[in-house]
Amino acid sequence: MSELPKARIATVSLAGCFGCHMAILDIDERLIDLMQLVDVDRSPLTDKKRFTTRCDIGIIEGGCCNEENVHVLHDFRRNCDVLIALGQCAIMGGLPAMRNAIMHSDAPLRECLEEAYITGKYIRNTTHNVPNDPALPLLLDDVYPCSEVVEIDYQIPGCAPGGDIIFDTLSKLLTGKFRGFEREMIKFD
Amino acid sequence: MSGTKKETGFTFTIDGVEITAYAGETIMEAADTAGVYIPRLCDHEGLRHQGSCRVCTVKAGGRSVAACTQPAAPGQAVENESPHLTKMRRDLVEMLFHEGNHLCPICEASGNCELQAMAYRLDMTETTRFPYLEPCRALDASHPDIALDTNRCISCGRCIRASEDVDGKGVFGYVGRGIHRRVAVNGENLADTDAQVTDHAISSEVCPVGCIIRKRVGFVTPIGEREFDKGLIGHEIEARRK
Repeated sequence: MSELPKARIATVSLAGCFGCHMAILDIDERLIDLMQLVDVDRSPLTDKKRFTTRCDIGIIEGGCCNEENVHVLHDFRRNCDVLIALGQCAIMGGLPAMRNAIMHSDAPLRECLEEAYITGKYIRNTTHNVPNDPALPLLLDDVYPCSEVVEIDYQIPGCAPGGDIIFDTLSKLLTGKFRGFEREMIKFD
Repeated sequence: MSGTKKETGFTFTIDGVEITAYAGETIMEAADTAGVYIPRLCDHEGLRHQGSCRVCTVKAGGRSVAACTQPAAPGQAVENESPHLTKMRRDLVEMLFHEGNHLCPICEASGNCELQAMAYRLDMTETTRFPYLEPCRALDASHPDIALDTNRCISCGRCIRASEDVDGKGVFGYVGRGIHRRVAVNGENLADTDAQVTDHAISSEVCPVGCIIRKRVGFVTPIGEREFDKGLIGHEIEARRK
């Protein structure tokens, strides 16, 4: 195995909770086997903020809720051969997408921000403003699944996906043996 | 009764497997008895057949028919698990996911949900080609023991039939037409109806998704130990097969 060039992997968390990255650690001691096959480039795991080289696999956690998410996702699409959406947020928006449809609301984003920062019962916000510092990334009108922004090659379902399905899928993809998931492994929760 | 049934029994095939049926039985009823599972959402044991979700669509004599309402016919060759039908069913289930707001990670029914379980069975894991409609739908928590989260309703009408036929009440009914067709309650909100938490229509088996919620029992069974965590939907029926 050692003479084969290692595959390069990049990971990122967009509008996610980092739970899917924690789930990568649920691979447990098999991480050692996996690390025989891969080098990790841009990733919170290496703390590299930019791509240093083109990668074979990009793993995306979370959907797109702001413009920075969209830029990062485009950057991943440009620099990775295969993109994997990891977890329900990347696949279909997940929990952040709850703000897309708020009961009886014509402007769900405004209502969400107003309740979070102004009108909410237990808010202590002395400025009575929704944060609007220019350094903050601009929020999108809706939260979008990754597949609505770029082309996604594979989706690993789950919230968060189990260590088994992540290890199984990655190791099969790396050896060219991936033919879909075992049905028993598919979970959306 | 069973004596006369035996006399009128006949056979037909599903995917080449010979199935015995009796006069008046639907394709699905005969298949269930024989241990051949045909996926379904709007059909439920003990309720009258409706044939609206079309997930049970099979090919009989080259025509697409709903297995839950189509009577079995002698000598018929029925196609059930072909790649074409599986893909069509997966697309139907996917469209149901996209038509409402089905956020499995926050849903109390996750793991007990037939829609989700159907997605597992039909391998709904590829990148979607359909837009999410993300409708704004109401939550009705007016009733002291029951809540309705219509974001998750798939308009299967099982609660309507259970309430009318089993409970003799008519708490639920359809309103609107086409894509605007919805299940509604017979009143301003649920508290204005005579719905009770002991009704069959409110029981956990009738609502296939997490729309009808019984208050104060959520998460009694933790995620990961629920009905469809133990086996694929339909495995009890398939276990009957000899």
